[in-house]
Amino acid sequence: MTSKFKIAYGAGVILLAALAAAVLGALVLKAIGASPLDTYVTIFTGPFKDVFGITEILVRAVPLILVGLGIAIAFRSGIINIGAEGQMLIGILAATATALALPGLPRYLLLTLVVLAGAIGGGLWAGIAGILRARLGVNEILSTVMLNYIAAQFYTFFLRGPMIDPGELETGSGTPQSMRLPESAILSHLIPGTRLHTGLILALVLCVCVYFFLWHTTFGFRLRAAGAEAKAARYAGIHVPGSLVMAMVLSGCFAGIAGAVEVTGVHHRAIENITSGYGFAGIVVALFGALHPAGIVPAAVFFGLLLVGSDMTQRSAGVPANMILVLQGVIILCIVSAKMYLNNAYTQERAARFFARFTAKAAPESTKDGGQS
Amino acid sequence: MTHGFVYNILLLGVPFSVALLLASLGEMFNQRAGVFNLGCEGIMCMGAFLGFLPPYFLKTGPLAPYGILIGFAIAMVAGIILGLLFALVTVTFRAEQGIAGIGLQMLGWGVAGTLFRHYVGGVTGVEGLAAWAIPGLSRIPFLGELLFNHNPMVYIAFLMVPASWYILFKTPWGLKVRAAGTAPRAADSMGINVNRVRYQALMLGGAMAGLGGAYLSLCQAKMFADDLVAGRGFIAVALVYFGRWNPVGIMGGALLFSLAQSLQLSIQVGGIKFPYEFAVMLPYVLVILVLSLTRKARMLGPSSLGIPYNREMRY
Amino acid sequence: MRTAAEPIRELRLEGITKRFPGILACNNISMQVSRGEVLALVGENGAGKSTLMNILAGLYQPDSGTITLNGREVRFHTPNDAYAHGIGMVHQNFMLVPNMTVTENVALGLKEHHRFMNLDLKSAKARIMEVSEHHQLPVNPDAHIWQLSVGEQQRVELIKTLCFGAQLLILDEPTSALTPQETDDLIDRLKRMTGELSIIFISHKLNEVKSLSDRVAILRHGAVVFNGQTADHTSADLAALMTGREIHLPRNEGLSLDGGVVLQARDLHVRGDRGHLALDGLDLELHAGEILGLAGVSGNGQRELAEALTGLRRVESGRVEFLDADMTNRSPASMIAAGLGYIPEDRHHEGIVPKFSVKENLVLKDFHTVKFSWWVVLKQSEIAHNAEALKASFDIRCSSTSAAGGSLSGGNIQKVILARELAREPKALVAVYPTRGVDMGAQEFIHSQLLARRRAGGGVLLISEELEEIMNLSDRIAVIYKGRILKVLNSLDATRERLGLLMAGVADE
Repeated sequence: MTSKFKIAYGAGVILLAALAAAVLGALVLKAIGASPLDTYVTIFTGPFKDVFGITEILVRAVPLILVGLGIAIAFRSGIINIGAEGQMLIGILAATATALALPGLPRYLLLTLVVLAGAIGGGLWAGIAGILRARLGVNEILSTVMLNYIAAQFYTFFLRGPMIDPGELETGSGTPQSMRLPESAILSHLIPGTRLHTGLILALVLCVCVYFFLWHTTFGFRLRAAGAEAKAARYAGIHVPGSLVMAMVLSGCFAGIAGAVEVTGVHHRAIENITSGYGFAGIVVALFGALHPAGIVPAAVFFGLLLVGSDMTQRSAGVPANMILVLQGVIILCIVSAKMYLNNAYTQERAARFFARFTAKAAPESTKDGGQS
Repeated sequence: MTHGFVYNILLLGVPFSVALLLASLGEMFNQRAGVFNLGCEGIMCMGAFLGFLPPYFLKTGPLAPYGILIGFAIAMVAGIILGLLFALVTVTFRAEQGIAGIGLQMLGWGVAGTLFRHYVGGVTGVEGLAAWAIPGLSRIPFLGELLFNHNPMVYIAFLMVPASWYILFKTPWGLKVRAAGTAPRAADSMGINVNRVRYQALMLGGAMAGLGGAYLSLCQAKMFADDLVAGRGFIAVALVYFGRWNPVGIMGGALLFSLAQSLQLSIQVGGIKFPYEFAVMLPYVLVILVLSLTRKARMLGPSSLGIPYNREMRY
Repeated sequence: MRTAAEPIRELRLEGITKRFPGILACNNISMQVSRGEVLALVGENGAGKSTLMNILAGLYQPDSGTITLNGREVRFHTPNDAYAHGIGMVHQNFMLVPNMTVTENVALGLKEHHRFMNLDLKSAKARIMEVSEHHQLPVNPDAHIWQLSVGEQQRVELIKTLCFGAQLLILDEPTSALTPQETDDLIDRLKRMTGELSIIFISHKLNEVKSLSDRVAILRHGAVVFNGQTADHTSADLAALMTGREIHLPRNEGLSLDGGVVLQARDLHVRGDRGHLALDGLDLELHAGEILGLAGVSGNGQRELAEALTGLRRVESGRVEFLDADMTNRSPASMIAAGLGYIPEDRHHEGIVPKFSVKENLVLKDFHTVKFSWWVVLKQSEIAHNAEALKASFDIRCSSTSAAGGSLSGGNIQKVILARELAREPKALVAVYPTRGVDMGAQEFIHSQLLARRRAGGGVLLISEELEEIMNLSDRIAVIYKGRILKVLNSLDATRERLGLLMAGVADE
């Protein structure tokens, strides 16, 4: 089997998966009477019409990168984290509380504390699922999903009660949201007139950190060994439950940071529906980016585009916002289906032999052609 | 607490358990055959939405009396189709089941929401299924009202418990399902088509999850909303662990959850001061507790749960 | 289905070829079996015997080649097709559903008894009793499989295959988990069955081949290298044909180096996975500079003993002492740090991380030491150097040390594990089935490395089910039975018969 074939094979599988995803999405679009082609064109070209659109893609990419990194750490370590949504919410609560409690601190100190608070909040929340898995063998998928529901209720409880903006109570409108963060706790803009903030730089720096952590430190070695084959890791003296908890906590930290960055960079106060599904989209980003920081960045930009683009179709073509969930679900199904064909040496070799039959028959003809020309 | 208070909790609790019970029994067949289907949530969403559509559109006209029946049928068909899709992904393509389940959940939830926004728009009620008192039995004092004066789906769901037990333990198909989930290679060597059995189990599970979803919109809420299912599909999966892959245990778990839910409702109605959010949280916390306490049970589960079968894979 | 099969007069395989990724498992193989004949299929591990028989049993599809039965070509797409033609296989890893009863297991395959809504267990049971009496294979049809011993499970496998109407019986290494006496008993039973059945018997134990088979076919690297009458050839001839060269497995030279005790277990009680007491008061002493062989039928606590010694399994009561320190219930990491080496049973999942590269696998136990890391940062170049050095000295065959460990052949994976463990110069080494499933060349190499470790003053606990291996290498031999050491023999006093009786739980004297 040649390396050329391997590349062609990989590309073929990915193309087929992408095609399958596009067709399934198109079916749903047809069902609501929208034109699939127009919708896809709007999604993929609409955001590029002006600078604002392009920066919006990056604004969406920032939390996606951060959540995706966290999820990649967890998946690589053998524990599945579906709870980024809830971890973000808890991170936002912690970050907002910190910023509101210490408005007088110098800017950089406060921002550091706020992001740290977010990380700790998200990490602890994820840690619950990690410990339950390590100690009691509780399926982490189920527990993180449940913790999402619980976190959502916590979040609204705090926004309606202890953390509600006193202004809302005075005017009597009662919108569940916190006070605006102090100016010193707000990330500055990268490009004036857009929403693009310095969180992007943080996200990219953390990408490099995660790469170094996973592949060049003993901690990363431990986590990856436990994730790749827990039994062998245990037999080699690695404390697998400990590494699961550590991976989950780290994973939650990243979701928490994403939350802190989102509140300090974009919304400037804790509001309802603040996560806009980043926690789930981050799973798709991590999978699409092959659980590697170098893949997660382009994947996050791609999904940023998808998010901005589908917002536009909602406005222009009236395609409901839920459509993005459909696309994400379909993409997940296609990625995991394609994975077996990508990684499995057995199916790869079968395909190689299948195609070799055609090339073997075609070979003499092609040499003849070559001789003539 | 008065006699009436407890009685009301029980009276509410029995019908509340139906959606969970149906979905969970279906999931039991999936898991017994070796497939872990977290997409149950997504299938329930689709079932709830599609089940709701026929009575919504057929408010008048010759088919109006059959709207609900058609709704249940469509929900089951949708469940079977989604079960087939999941089977294609996890059995034929041998994808990782946990993540694929989340994908199916997003898909089902997303499609239901998208179609709902487009075809219905806002929250609208439907008539729903009326209670049908079983003649005679419903006259038994106390118990009659409690057990024999519900909508017909309640009776069907509870009859499914012994039926599932019989299918699983007393029919050749049940034997095949159990073998496919525990020792697929052995089953294969005896000429059982493991993947076909898994496909069948996923179709059955899908049909039951769809039915459970339709029960929510047609009998329980009598309307549809985006977040109607609200994690019941995931709870159904957790109940399978709680019930130790056994129909009777699963029924106990479903009743436990529905009683907790009706207790929470009664507390709110009773005016006891308790933050609303914490009341809503209760079932989810309960799931985590239940999962934490069933550690031992996992040893009894199907040993090949979650592992795709590939005859020619050597390691 | 069962009744429909016509008698097998002659079965022919012609030009069977089958590939797996990276391996040509069967290369143009042809052979035939006639009614009432016993064909022994002999070859080293990895020679392609099991693959070939899985093709015959309908589990694998050949890439090319034909199977003809009584002169007509047949195709087996599933095991059902094979059974329908009267071919049944008893696999090396028993194909039984552990949490079902014997009857349920048989009923699973008896399709003609399946009714839509009714499982006919009664007629399945009747069929079992009929076969059991006819072939004198006693069995309790209501027992759950997990309750049965290995020997009983094998009987169930045989009965099951016969119940499905097999006339040609394929037996894949049927004696590998049996004591010598159970083996003799099985061979007697099989001989009696040849009146009505044909048998293909896979083995690499030549004495069994000699005593049971009429004809023998030898496979090497997926091809038939010999096919002839068993009676015409000696065991030595067959052995040479099997390996393709003269193999002289190294032997223990006998000069016992009397070192002190390095590792010992005292009154050890340990629970198995099912919660039963797998070790029930076990005492064992391993000295420096000796190889202590642990003989026993698998499932008598070997696995639990190895795991308890290495800190992987909790000890209920009793003590584990290593280098005179009490190490009971210490973590695996502290056992490793103290200098205990371990070659685990399942090399693909316990020995290496298959997705990790060879070089990463070679530092799996040492990546955090100062040699391979600075503070928390890995020294990649040091790790690569280490791998190159070990690759050369242990003759690890891989395209590069960056290749995934799982992509290597079984023998080479075992060499990676051996290299990692021996490079750490362990004071004591627990080796569980170290040569299971590897070819003779690798076996020779592994044996000489274990002996070298002994010469260097390390203690080696060799757990094996191959009596020959144990008798060749050990200074002393301990026999384990039902979680206790029944007896410890000097290897000079040990004979096959004596060990066999002890393995069956018959204490001598």
